[in-house]
Amino acid sequence: MAPIVSIRNLTKSYASGFKALKGVDLDIEQGEILALLGPNGAGKTTMISIICGIVTPSDGTVTVAGHDILTDYRKTRSIIGLVPQELTLDAFETVENTVAFSRGLHGCAPNPALIERILKDLSLYDKKDTMLRQLSGGMRRRVLIAKALSYEPKVLFLDEPTAGVDVSLRKDMWQLVERLRANGVTIILTTHYIEEAEEIADRIGVINHGRILLVEDKKALMTKLGRKQMTVELAEPIGVIPDALSPYSLTLSGEGTRLTYEFDSSGERTGISSLLSALSQCGLRVKDISTEQSSLEDIFVELVGEGK
Amino acid sequence: MNFEAIKSIYAFEMARTRRTLLQSIVSPVITTSLYFIVFGAAIGSRMQEVNGVSYGAFIAPGLIMLTLLNQCIGNGSFGIYFPKFTGTIYEILSSPISMIEIVIGYVGAAATKGLIVGSIILVTAAFFVDISIKHPFMMVLFFVLTAVSFSLFGFMIGIWAKDFEQLNLFPMLIIPPLVFLGGSFYSIDMLPPFWQTVSHFNPVLYLVSGFRWSFYEIADVNPVVSLLTVLGFLVVCLSITAWIFKTGYKLKN
Repeated sequence: MAPIVSIRNLTKSYASGFKALKGVDLDIEQGEILALLGPNGAGKTTMISIICGIVTPSDGTVTVAGHDILTDYRKTRSIIGLVPQELTLDAFETVENTVAFSRGLHGCAPNPALIERILKDLSLYDKKDTMLRQLSGGMRRRVLIAKALSYEPKVLFLDEPTAGVDVSLRKDMWQLVERLRANGVTIILTTHYIEEAEEIADRIGVINHGRILLVEDKKALMTKLGRKQMTVELAEPIGVIPDALSPYSLTLSGEGTRLTYEFDSSGERTGISSLLSALSQCGLRVKDISTEQSSLEDIFVELVGEGK
Repeated sequence: MNFEAIKSIYAFEMARTRRTLLQSIVSPVITTSLYFIVFGAAIGSRMQEVNGVSYGAFIAPGLIMLTLLNQCIGNGSFGIYFPKFTGTIYEILSSPISMIEIVIGYVGAAATKGLIVGSIILVTAAFFVDISIKHPFMMVLFFVLTAVSFSLFGFMIGIWAKDFEQLNLFPMLIIPPLVFLGGSFYSIDMLPPFWQTVSHFNPVLYLVSGFRWSFYEIADVNPVVSLLTVLGFLVVCLSITAWIFKTGYKLKN
Protein backbone atom coordinates (compact mmCIF):
# COMPACT_ATOMS: atom_id res chain seq x y z
CA MET A 1 0.00 0.00 0.00
CA ALA A 2 1.20 3.50 -0.81
CA PRO A 3 2.31 5.46 2.25
CA ILE A 4 -0.25 7.94 3.58
CA VAL A 5 2.42 10.59 4.16
CA SER A 6 5.42 10.73 1.90
CA ILE A 7 8.22 13.21 2.59
CA ARG A 8 11.03 13.74 0.10
CA ASN A 9 14.11 15.87 0.58
CA LEU A 10 12.25 18.24 2.88
CA THR A 11 14.40 21.23 3.69
CA LYS A 12 13.80 24.34 5.73
CA SER A 13 16.25 27.18 6.07
CA TYR A 14 15.42 30.42 7.82
CA ALA A 15 16.51 33.89 6.78
CA SER A 16 19.02 33.83 9.63
CA GLY A 17 20.77 30.97 7.82
CA PHE A 18 19.65 28.40 10.38
CA LYS A 19 18.76 25.10 8.77
CA ALA A 20 15.97 23.44 10.71
CA LEU A 21 15.56 20.54 8.27
CA LYS A 22 18.31 19.21 6.03
CA GLY A 23 16.68 17.01 3.42
CA VAL A 24 14.32 14.70 5.29
CA ASP A 25 12.96 11.58 3.59
CA LEU A 26 10.25 9.68 5.39
CA ASP A 27 7.29 7.47 4.51
CA ILE A 28 4.49 7.00 6.99
CA GLU A 29 2.23 4.01 6.46
CA GLN A 30 -1.51 4.18 6.78
CA GLY A 31 -2.81 3.18 10.20
CA GLU A 32 0.53 3.06 11.98
CA ILE A 33 1.69 4.90 15.05
CA LEU A 34 5.02 6.52 14.40
CA ALA A 35 6.95 8.07 17.23
CA LEU A 36 9.49 10.73 16.35
CA LEU A 37 12.15 10.99 18.96
CA GLY A 38 14.58 13.80 19.17
CA PRO A 39 16.01 16.36 21.56
CA ASN A 40 14.69 19.92 21.70
CA GLY A 41 15.42 21.80 18.50
CA ALA A 42 15.90 18.63 16.45
CA GLY A 43 13.39 19.73 13.80
CA LYS A 44 10.36 17.70 14.87
CA THR A 45 7.96 20.62 15.18
CA THR A 46 9.27 22.28 12.01
CA MET A 47 8.58 19.11 10.06
CA ILE A 48 5.05 18.81 11.42
CA SER A 49 4.39 22.51 10.87
CA ILE A 50 5.35 22.21 7.21
CA ILE A 51 3.09 19.20 6.66
CA CYS A 52 0.19 21.03 8.31
CA GLY A 53 0.71 24.28 6.39
CA ILE A 54 1.98 26.55 9.16
CA VAL A 55 5.52 26.82 7.81
CA THR A 56 6.53 27.05 4.15
CA PRO A 57 9.16 24.51 3.08
CA SER A 58 12.35 25.77 1.43
CA ASP A 59 12.70 22.69 -0.71
CA GLY A 60 11.36 19.19 -1.13
CA THR A 61 7.87 17.74 -1.38
CA VAL A 62 5.31 16.24 0.93
CA THR A 63 2.24 14.32 -0.17
CA VAL A 64 -0.59 13.24 2.08
CA ALA A 65 -2.87 10.51 0.71
CA GLY A 66 -1.33 11.23 -2.69
CA HIS A 67 -2.04 14.97 -2.62
CA ASP A 68 0.69 17.59 -2.58
CA ILE A 69 0.56 19.75 0.56
CA LEU A 70 1.16 22.96 -1.38
CA THR A 71 -0.88 22.60 -4.55
CA ASP A 72 -3.63 20.45 -3.07
CA TYR A 73 -3.70 21.94 0.41
CA ARG A 74 -7.46 21.78 0.75
CA LYS A 75 -7.43 18.01 0.41
CA THR A 76 -4.41 17.40 2.62
CA ARG A 77 -5.40 19.79 5.39
CA SER A 78 -8.92 18.42 5.63
CA ILE A 79 -7.59 14.97 6.51
CA ILE A 80 -4.81 16.14 8.85
CA GLY A 81 -5.40 16.84 12.50
CA LEU A 82 -2.86 18.72 14.59
CA VAL A 83 -2.50 18.93 18.35
CA PRO A 84 0.18 21.57 18.84
CA GLN A 85 2.78 21.55 21.53
CA GLU A 86 1.89 24.94 22.95
CA LEU A 87 -1.41 25.31 24.79
CA THR A 88 -2.71 28.03 22.50
CA LEU A 89 -6.40 28.64 22.92
CA ASP A 90 -8.70 31.64 22.80
CA ALA A 91 -9.19 32.90 26.31
CA PHE A 92 -12.82 33.94 26.07
CA GLU A 93 -14.37 31.13 24.07
CA THR A 94 -16.23 28.22 25.61
CA VAL A 95 -15.02 24.66 25.23
CA GLU A 96 -17.92 23.59 23.04
CA ASN A 97 -17.72 26.64 20.77
CA THR A 98 -14.02 26.36 20.15
CA VAL A 99 -14.36 22.68 19.20
CA ALA A 100 -17.27 23.48 16.87
CA PHE A 101 -15.18 26.33 15.40
CA SER A 102 -12.41 23.90 14.44
CA ARG A 103 -14.92 21.64 12.74
CA GLY A 104 -16.30 24.56 10.75
CA LEU A 105 -12.84 25.78 9.72
CA HIS A 106 -12.24 22.40 8.18
CA GLY A 107 -15.32 22.77 6.05
CA CYS A 108 -17.52 20.27 7.89
CA ALA A 109 -21.18 20.95 8.55
CA PRO A 110 -22.08 21.29 12.24
CA ASN A 111 -22.49 17.97 14.04
CA PRO A 112 -23.40 18.56 17.69
CA ALA A 113 -23.81 14.83 18.36
CA LEU A 114 -20.25 14.11 17.27
CA ILE A 115 -18.86 17.01 19.30
CA GLU A 116 -20.78 15.80 22.31
CA ARG A 117 -19.25 12.34 21.93
CA ILE A 118 -15.73 13.72 21.57
CA LEU A 119 -16.16 15.92 24.63
CA LYS A 120 -17.46 12.95 26.61
CA ASP A 121 -14.59 10.75 25.45
CA LEU A 122 -12.13 13.34 26.69
CA SER A 123 -14.00 13.94 29.98
CA LEU A 124 -14.73 17.51 28.91
CA TYR A 125 -18.48 17.34 28.59
CA ASP A 126 -19.29 18.82 32.00
CA LYS A 127 -16.96 21.72 31.11
CA LYS A 128 -18.50 22.42 27.72
CA ASP A 129 -19.77 25.88 28.70
CA THR A 130 -16.64 26.85 30.62
CA MET A 131 -14.45 29.63 29.29
CA LEU A 132 -11.12 28.33 28.09
CA ARG A 133 -9.05 30.63 30.28
CA GLN A 134 -10.60 29.03 33.36
CA LEU A 135 -9.29 25.58 32.48
CA SER A 136 -6.24 23.89 33.95
CA GLY A 137 -3.30 22.97 31.75
CA GLY A 138 -4.39 19.35 31.47
CA MET A 139 -7.91 20.36 30.50
CA ARG A 140 -6.59 22.74 27.88
CA ARG A 141 -4.56 19.90 26.41
CA ARG A 142 -7.75 17.84 26.21
CA VAL A 143 -9.51 20.71 24.45
CA LEU A 144 -6.73 20.91 21.85
CA ILE A 145 -7.16 17.19 21.20
CA ALA A 146 -10.94 17.59 20.95
CA LYS A 147 -10.46 20.41 18.43
CA ALA A 148 -8.20 18.24 16.29
CA LEU A 149 -10.66 15.33 16.41
CA SER A 150 -13.71 17.47 15.66
CA TYR A 151 -13.38 16.99 11.90
CA GLU A 152 -12.41 13.33 12.09
CA PRO A 153 -8.93 13.50 10.57
CA LYS A 154 -7.29 10.47 9.00
CA VAL A 155 -3.80 11.52 9.98
CA LEU A 156 -3.21 12.93 13.43
CA PHE A 157 -0.09 14.75 14.54
CA LEU A 158 0.45 14.93 18.27
CA ASP A 159 3.31 17.30 19.02
CA GLU A 160 4.67 16.40 22.44
CA PRO A 161 1.23 15.44 23.69
CA THR A 162 2.33 14.44 27.16
CA ALA A 163 4.58 17.36 28.02
CA GLY A 164 3.42 18.60 31.40
CA VAL A 165 0.55 16.15 31.62
CA ASP A 166 -0.36 14.11 34.70
CA VAL A 167 -0.52 10.33 34.87
CA SER A 168 -4.28 10.00 34.47
CA LEU A 169 -4.44 12.20 31.39
CA ARG A 170 -1.48 10.36 29.96
CA LYS A 171 -3.32 7.07 30.37
CA ASP A 172 -6.50 8.52 28.86
CA MET A 173 -4.49 9.81 25.98
CA TRP A 174 -2.91 6.46 25.19
CA GLN A 175 -6.31 4.79 25.35
CA LEU A 176 -7.59 7.37 22.94
CA VAL A 177 -4.66 6.78 20.62
CA GLU A 178 -5.41 3.06 20.68
CA ARG A 179 -9.06 3.72 19.85
CA LEU A 180 -8.12 6.02 16.99
CA ARG A 181 -5.72 3.47 15.63
CA ALA A 182 -8.47 0.87 15.77
CA ASN A 183 -10.49 3.21 13.55
CA GLY A 184 -7.67 3.36 11.05
CA VAL A 185 -6.26 6.77 11.97
CA THR A 186 -2.55 7.20 11.33
CA ILE A 187 -0.82 8.81 14.28
CA ILE A 188 2.48 10.61 14.35
CA LEU A 189 3.64 11.71 17.75
CA THR A 190 6.75 13.50 18.80
CA THR A 191 8.17 13.05 22.21
CA HIS A 192 11.37 13.07 24.14
CA TYR A 193 10.03 10.54 26.61
CA ILE A 194 11.50 7.37 25.27
CA GLU A 195 9.33 5.04 27.37
CA GLU A 196 6.37 6.61 25.67
CA ALA A 197 7.60 5.69 22.22
CA GLU A 198 8.59 2.26 23.49
CA GLU A 199 5.14 1.68 24.89
CA ILE A 200 2.89 2.88 22.12
CA ALA A 201 4.58 3.18 18.74
CA ASP A 202 4.74 0.69 15.91
CA ARG A 203 7.74 2.40 14.42
CA ILE A 204 10.25 4.76 15.82
CA GLY A 205 12.08 7.52 14.03
CA VAL A 206 14.99 9.37 15.52
CA ILE A 207 15.62 12.90 14.35
CA ASN A 208 18.37 15.30 15.30
CA HIS A 209 19.91 18.43 13.80
CA GLY A 210 17.30 18.40 11.04
CA ARG A 211 18.09 14.88 9.85
CA ILE A 212 16.31 11.58 10.27
CA LEU A 213 18.93 9.32 11.78
CA LEU A 214 16.88 6.16 11.74
CA VAL A 215 13.37 4.86 11.20
CA GLU A 216 12.75 1.34 12.22
CA ASP A 217 10.07 -1.04 13.30
CA LYS A 218 10.08 -0.83 17.07
CA LYS A 219 10.44 -4.57 17.66
CA ALA A 220 13.17 -4.92 15.08
CA LEU A 221 14.93 -1.95 16.58
CA MET A 222 14.72 -3.34 20.05
CA THR A 223 16.07 -6.72 18.94
CA LYS A 224 18.69 -5.32 16.67
CA LEU A 225 20.16 -3.02 19.17
CA GLY A 226 18.71 -4.57 22.30
CA ARG A 227 21.79 -6.25 23.68
CA LYS A 228 21.64 -7.86 27.07
CA GLN A 229 24.33 -7.84 29.64
CA MET A 230 24.96 -10.40 32.33
CA THR A 231 27.02 -9.40 35.32
CA VAL A 232 28.56 -12.12 37.42
CA GLU A 233 29.73 -11.23 40.93
CA LEU A 234 32.55 -13.49 42.09
CA ALA A 235 33.01 -14.59 45.68
CA GLU A 236 36.78 -14.06 45.45
CA PRO A 237 38.61 -11.52 43.30
CA ILE A 238 40.77 -12.71 40.39
CA GLY A 239 43.72 -10.95 38.78
CA VAL A 240 43.20 -12.03 35.17
CA ILE A 241 40.43 -13.74 33.24
CA PRO A 242 41.31 -17.45 32.86
CA ASP A 243 42.18 -18.48 29.26
CA ALA A 244 39.37 -21.03 29.30
CA LEU A 245 36.91 -18.13 29.38
CA SER A 246 38.38 -16.22 26.43
CA PRO A 247 35.66 -17.29 23.91
CA TYR A 248 33.12 -15.30 25.94
CA SER A 249 34.92 -11.92 25.61
CA LEU A 250 34.34 -11.06 29.21
CA THR A 251 35.37 -7.84 30.85
CA LEU A 252 36.66 -7.71 34.35
CA SER A 253 35.87 -4.88 36.71
CA GLY A 254 35.05 -4.11 40.33
CA GLU A 255 38.61 -4.89 41.57
CA GLY A 256 38.51 -8.33 40.05
CA THR A 257 35.16 -9.41 41.45
CA ARG A 258 32.86 -8.56 38.53
CA LEU A 259 32.70 -10.23 35.13
CA THR A 260 30.48 -8.79 32.44
CA TYR A 261 29.17 -10.82 29.53
CA GLU A 262 27.26 -9.36 26.59
CA PHE A 263 24.83 -11.45 24.61
CA ASP A 264 21.95 -11.22 22.19
CA SER A 265 18.79 -12.03 24.07
CA SER A 266 16.89 -12.85 20.89
CA GLY A 267 19.48 -15.36 19.70
CA GLU A 268 18.77 -19.09 19.95
CA ARG A 269 21.83 -19.76 22.03
CA THR A 270 22.69 -17.10 24.50
CA GLY A 271 25.76 -18.93 25.83
CA ILE A 272 24.72 -18.38 29.42
CA SER A 273 24.62 -22.01 30.57
CA SER A 274 27.92 -22.90 28.94
CA LEU A 275 29.52 -19.81 30.48
CA LEU A 276 28.25 -20.76 33.91
CA SER A 277 29.63 -24.29 33.63
CA ALA A 278 32.93 -22.92 32.31
CA LEU A 279 33.12 -20.65 35.34
CA SER A 280 32.71 -23.56 37.76
CA GLN A 281 35.25 -25.61 35.78
CA CYS A 282 37.74 -22.83 36.33
CA GLY A 283 36.97 -23.08 40.04
CA LEU A 284 35.42 -19.63 40.28
CA ARG A 285 32.66 -19.33 42.85
CA VAL A 286 29.70 -17.21 41.77
CA LYS A 287 28.11 -14.99 44.41
CA ASP A 288 25.44 -13.25 42.34
CA ILE A 289 24.17 -12.94 38.80
CA SER A 290 22.15 -10.13 37.25
CA THR A 291 21.07 -9.34 33.71
CA GLU A 292 20.22 -6.02 32.14
CA GLN A 293 18.70 -5.09 28.81
CA SER A 294 19.84 -1.97 27.07
CA SER A 295 16.77 0.25 26.73
CA LEU A 296 15.63 2.34 23.83
CA GLU A 297 17.03 5.22 25.79
CA ASP A 298 20.55 3.80 25.47
CA ILE A 299 20.00 3.33 21.76
CA PHE A 300 18.71 6.84 21.45
CA VAL A 301 21.53 8.44 23.40
CA GLU A 302 23.99 6.49 21.31
CA LEU A 303 22.43 7.62 18.03
CA VAL A 304 22.00 11.22 18.98
CA GLY A 305 25.52 11.24 20.32
CA GLU A 306 26.86 9.92 17.01
CA GLY A 307 24.90 12.49 15.08
CA LYS A 308 26.85 15.33 16.64
CA MET B 1 -15.12 27.67 -1.58
CA ASN B 2 -15.06 26.51 2.03
CA PHE B 3 -18.27 28.24 3.11
CA GLU B 4 -18.35 26.51 6.49
CA ALA B 5 -14.97 28.04 7.29
CA ILE B 6 -16.06 31.55 6.24
CA LYS B 7 -19.18 31.13 8.34
CA SER B 8 -17.13 29.93 11.31
CA ILE B 9 -14.68 32.83 11.21
CA TYR B 10 -17.48 35.35 10.68
CA ALA B 11 -19.56 33.90 13.52
CA PHE B 12 -16.52 33.76 15.78
CA GLU B 13 -15.76 37.44 15.17
CA MET B 14 -19.38 38.47 15.63
CA ALA B 15 -19.50 36.51 18.89
CA ARG B 16 -16.53 38.56 20.05
CA THR B 17 -18.57 41.69 19.35
CA ARG B 18 -21.46 40.36 21.40
CA ARG B 19 -19.18 39.58 24.32
CA THR B 20 -17.85 43.15 24.30
CA LEU B 21 -21.17 44.84 23.70
CA LEU B 22 -20.50 47.79 26.00
CA GLN B 23 -17.20 48.62 24.40
CA SER B 24 -18.39 47.83 20.88
CA ILE B 25 -21.77 49.49 20.68
CA VAL B 26 -22.57 51.57 23.72
CA SER B 27 -19.33 53.49 23.89
CA PRO B 28 -19.40 54.85 20.31
CA VAL B 29 -23.03 55.88 20.80
CA ILE B 30 -22.18 57.80 23.95
CA THR B 31 -19.16 59.44 22.32
CA THR B 32 -21.21 60.54 19.32
CA SER B 33 -24.02 61.84 21.50
CA LEU B 34 -21.43 63.95 23.30
CA TYR B 35 -20.29 65.38 19.97
CA PHE B 36 -23.85 66.29 19.12
CA ILE B 37 -24.47 67.88 22.47
CA VAL B 38 -21.26 69.93 22.36
CA PHE B 39 -20.91 70.74 18.65
CA GLY B 40 -24.52 70.39 17.59
CA ALA B 41 -26.50 71.90 20.44
CA ALA B 42 -24.12 74.05 22.52
CA ILE B 43 -21.76 75.50 19.92
CA GLY B 44 -23.79 74.69 16.82
CA SER B 45 -26.75 76.79 17.94
CA ARG B 46 -24.54 79.87 17.71
CA MET B 47 -23.15 78.95 14.32
CA GLN B 48 -24.40 79.88 10.90
CA GLU B 49 -25.88 77.33 8.60
CA VAL B 50 -23.35 75.71 6.28
CA ASN B 51 -24.55 75.79 2.68
CA GLY B 52 -28.14 75.93 3.88
CA VAL B 53 -27.81 73.06 6.35
CA SER B 54 -27.83 73.53 10.13
CA TYR B 55 -24.41 72.95 11.67
CA GLY B 56 -25.61 69.98 13.74
CA ALA B 57 -26.98 68.26 10.65
CA PHE B 58 -23.88 69.21 8.65
CA ILE B 59 -21.51 67.35 10.98
CA ALA B 60 -23.64 64.20 11.21
CA PRO B 61 -22.18 62.43 8.11
CA GLY B 62 -18.66 63.31 9.27
CA LEU B 63 -19.30 61.87 12.70
CA ILE B 64 -20.68 58.68 11.19
CA MET B 65 -17.56 58.40 9.04
CA LEU B 66 -15.30 59.04 12.04
CA THR B 67 -16.92 56.19 13.92
CA LEU B 68 -17.05 53.93 10.88
CA LEU B 69 -13.33 54.34 10.14
CA ASN B 70 -12.34 53.75 13.75
CA GLN B 71 -14.59 50.74 14.14
CA CYS B 72 -13.54 49.12 10.88
CA ILE B 73 -9.83 49.66 11.38
CA GLY B 74 -10.06 48.61 15.03
CA ASN B 75 -12.03 45.45 14.37
CA GLY B 76 -10.27 44.51 11.20
CA SER B 77 -6.85 44.79 12.80
CA PHE B 78 -7.69 43.24 16.14
CA GLY B 79 -9.48 40.27 14.59
CA ILE B 80 -6.34 38.99 12.87
CA TYR B 81 -3.75 40.44 15.27
CA PHE B 82 -5.10 38.66 18.32
CA PRO B 83 -4.79 35.09 16.97
CA LYS B 84 -1.28 36.05 15.86
CA PHE B 85 -0.54 37.31 19.36
CA THR B 86 -1.96 34.28 21.21
CA GLY B 87 -0.75 31.72 18.68
CA THR B 88 -4.21 30.42 17.76
CA ILE B 89 -3.44 31.48 14.19
CA TYR B 90 -1.93 28.00 13.79
CA GLU B 91 -5.44 26.70 13.38
CA ILE B 92 -6.34 29.13 10.61
CA LEU B 93 -3.09 28.40 8.77
CA SER B 94 -3.53 24.63 9.00
CA SER B 95 -7.15 24.67 7.83
CA PRO B 96 -8.25 23.80 4.30
CA ILE B 97 -9.09 27.41 3.61
CA SER B 98 -7.79 29.88 1.08
CA MET B 99 -6.55 33.33 1.94
CA ILE B 100 -9.55 34.86 0.19
CA GLU B 101 -11.86 32.96 2.51
CA ILE B 102 -9.90 34.14 5.53
CA VAL B 103 -10.26 37.74 4.34
CA ILE B 104 -13.99 37.37 3.65
CA GLY B 105 -14.51 35.99 7.16
CA TYR B 106 -12.50 38.56 9.09
CA VAL B 107 -13.08 41.62 6.93
CA GLY B 108 -16.74 40.76 6.46
CA ALA B 109 -17.25 40.62 10.20
CA ALA B 110 -15.31 43.86 10.82
CA ALA B 111 -17.28 45.67 8.10
CA THR B 112 -20.58 44.32 9.43
CA LYS B 113 -19.78 45.58 12.88
CA GLY B 114 -18.72 48.96 11.52
CA LEU B 115 -21.97 49.21 9.57
CA ILE B 116 -24.03 48.28 12.63
CA VAL B 117 -22.33 50.90 14.77
CA GLY B 118 -22.51 53.45 11.95
CA SER B 119 -26.25 52.84 11.57
CA ILE B 120 -26.78 53.23 15.29
CA ILE B 121 -24.95 56.56 15.15
CA LEU B 122 -27.16 57.63 12.26
CA VAL B 123 -30.26 56.82 14.28
CA THR B 124 -28.79 58.56 17.33
CA ALA B 125 -28.05 61.63 15.21
CA ALA B 126 -31.66 61.73 14.05
CA PHE B 127 -32.67 62.32 17.68
CA PHE B 128 -30.54 65.46 17.87
CA VAL B 129 -30.78 67.02 14.42
CA ASP B 130 -32.87 66.91 11.24
CA ILE B 131 -31.33 64.37 8.92
CA SER B 132 -32.40 64.08 5.32
CA ILE B 133 -30.99 61.56 2.87
CA LYS B 134 -31.35 62.80 -0.70
CA HIS B 135 -29.55 59.92 -2.39
CA PRO B 136 -30.19 56.80 -0.28
CA PHE B 137 -28.58 54.45 -2.79
CA MET B 138 -25.37 56.50 -2.99
CA MET B 139 -25.40 56.86 0.78
CA VAL B 140 -25.50 53.07 1.23
CA LEU B 141 -22.86 52.62 -1.47
CA PHE B 142 -20.43 55.05 0.24
CA PHE B 143 -21.25 53.53 3.60
CA VAL B 144 -20.59 49.92 2.51
CA LEU B 145 -17.54 50.66 0.34
CA THR B 146 -15.91 52.66 3.11
CA ALA B 147 -16.66 49.94 5.66
CA VAL B 148 -15.19 47.19 3.47
CA SER B 149 -12.09 49.09 2.35
CA PHE B 150 -11.19 50.30 5.84
CA SER B 151 -11.83 46.91 7.39
CA LEU B 152 -9.42 45.53 4.82
CA PHE B 153 -7.00 48.31 5.69
CA GLY B 154 -7.36 47.35 9.35
CA PHE B 155 -6.75 43.70 8.47
CA MET B 156 -3.46 44.68 6.84
CA ILE B 157 -2.46 46.66 9.91
CA GLY B 158 -3.27 43.63 12.05
CA ILE B 159 -0.95 41.49 9.97
CA TRP B 160 1.78 44.11 9.88
CA ALA B 161 1.68 45.08 13.58
CA LYS B 162 4.43 43.63 15.74
CA ASP B 163 2.92 44.75 19.03
CA PHE B 164 -0.05 46.56 20.54
CA GLU B 165 1.59 49.93 20.06
CA GLN B 166 1.81 49.46 16.30
CA LEU B 167 -1.71 48.06 16.32
CA ASN B 168 -3.03 51.26 17.87
CA LEU B 169 -0.92 53.58 15.75
CA PHE B 170 -3.49 54.08 13.01
CA PRO B 171 -6.73 54.27 14.99
CA MET B 172 -5.19 56.50 17.67
CA LEU B 173 -2.66 58.67 15.86
CA ILE B 174 -3.26 58.74 12.14
CA ILE B 175 -6.99 58.48 11.59
CA PRO B 176 -8.19 61.20 14.05
CA PRO B 177 -6.16 64.05 12.47
CA LEU B 178 -7.19 62.91 9.00
CA VAL B 179 -10.84 62.89 10.01
CA PHE B 180 -10.73 66.14 11.95
CA LEU B 181 -8.85 67.91 9.15
CA GLY B 182 -10.89 66.19 6.44
CA GLY B 183 -13.87 68.47 6.66
CA SER B 184 -15.91 66.45 9.13
CA PHE B 185 -16.71 69.51 11.20
CA TYR B 186 -16.48 72.24 8.58
CA SER B 187 -16.64 72.89 4.88
CA ILE B 188 -13.13 73.41 3.52
CA ASP B 189 -14.42 76.64 1.91
CA MET B 190 -14.02 78.09 5.40
CA LEU B 191 -10.25 77.49 5.29
CA PRO B 192 -7.60 79.85 3.87
CA PRO B 193 -6.64 78.88 0.28
CA PHE B 194 -3.35 77.23 1.33
CA TRP B 195 -5.07 74.85 3.74
CA GLN B 196 -7.77 74.15 1.19
CA THR B 197 -5.04 72.85 -1.13
CA VAL B 198 -3.46 70.81 1.65
CA SER B 199 -6.85 69.32 2.48
CA HIS B 200 -7.13 67.91 -1.01
CA PHE B 201 -4.28 65.55 -0.19
CA ASN B 202 -6.28 64.10 2.67
CA PRO B 203 -8.14 61.00 1.43
CA VAL B 204 -10.68 61.26 4.23
CA LEU B 205 -11.91 64.57 2.76
CA TYR B 206 -13.19 62.68 -0.29
CA LEU B 207 -14.98 60.12 1.85
CA VAL B 208 -16.68 62.64 4.09
CA SER B 209 -17.54 64.94 1.22
CA GLY B 210 -19.07 62.18 -0.89
CA PHE B 211 -20.96 60.78 2.05
CA ARG B 212 -22.30 64.19 3.00
CA TRP B 213 -23.33 64.84 -0.60
CA SER B 214 -25.57 61.74 -0.50
CA PHE B 215 -27.35 63.32 2.48
CA TYR B 216 -27.66 67.01 1.58
CA GLU B 217 -26.28 67.40 -1.96
CA ILE B 218 -23.52 69.65 -0.64
CA ALA B 219 -19.94 68.65 -1.27
CA ASP B 220 -16.38 69.96 -1.09
CA VAL B 221 -15.34 67.80 -4.03
CA ASN B 222 -17.21 66.25 -6.92
CA PRO B 223 -19.07 63.14 -5.63
CA VAL B 224 -17.82 61.13 -8.61
CA VAL B 225 -14.25 61.90 -7.58
CA SER B 226 -15.19 60.84 -4.04
CA LEU B 227 -16.55 57.54 -5.27
CA LEU B 228 -13.49 56.89 -7.42
CA THR B 229 -11.25 57.65 -4.43
CA VAL B 230 -13.02 55.07 -2.28
CA LEU B 231 -12.90 52.53 -5.09
CA GLY B 232 -9.23 53.28 -5.69
CA PHE B 233 -8.45 52.81 -2.01
CA LEU B 234 -10.30 49.50 -2.06
CA VAL B 235 -8.28 48.31 -5.05
CA VAL B 236 -5.01 49.32 -3.36
CA CYS B 237 -5.98 47.46 -0.18
CA LEU B 238 -7.02 44.39 -2.17
CA SER B 239 -3.72 44.37 -4.05
CA ILE B 240 -1.65 44.65 -0.89
CA THR B 241 -3.69 41.90 0.75
CA ALA B 242 -3.17 39.68 -2.28
CA TRP B 243 0.58 40.31 -2.02
CA ILE B 244 0.57 39.54 1.71
CA PHE B 245 -1.06 36.21 1.07
CA LYS B 246 1.13 35.34 -1.84
CA THR B 247 4.27 35.89 0.16
CA GLY B 248 2.92 34.85 3.56
CA TYR B 249 4.25 38.19 4.86
CA LYS B 250 4.43 38.08 8.67
CA LEU B 251 2.01 35.16 8.74
CA LYS B 252 4.21 32.26 7.78
CA ASN B 253 7.88 31.51 8.01
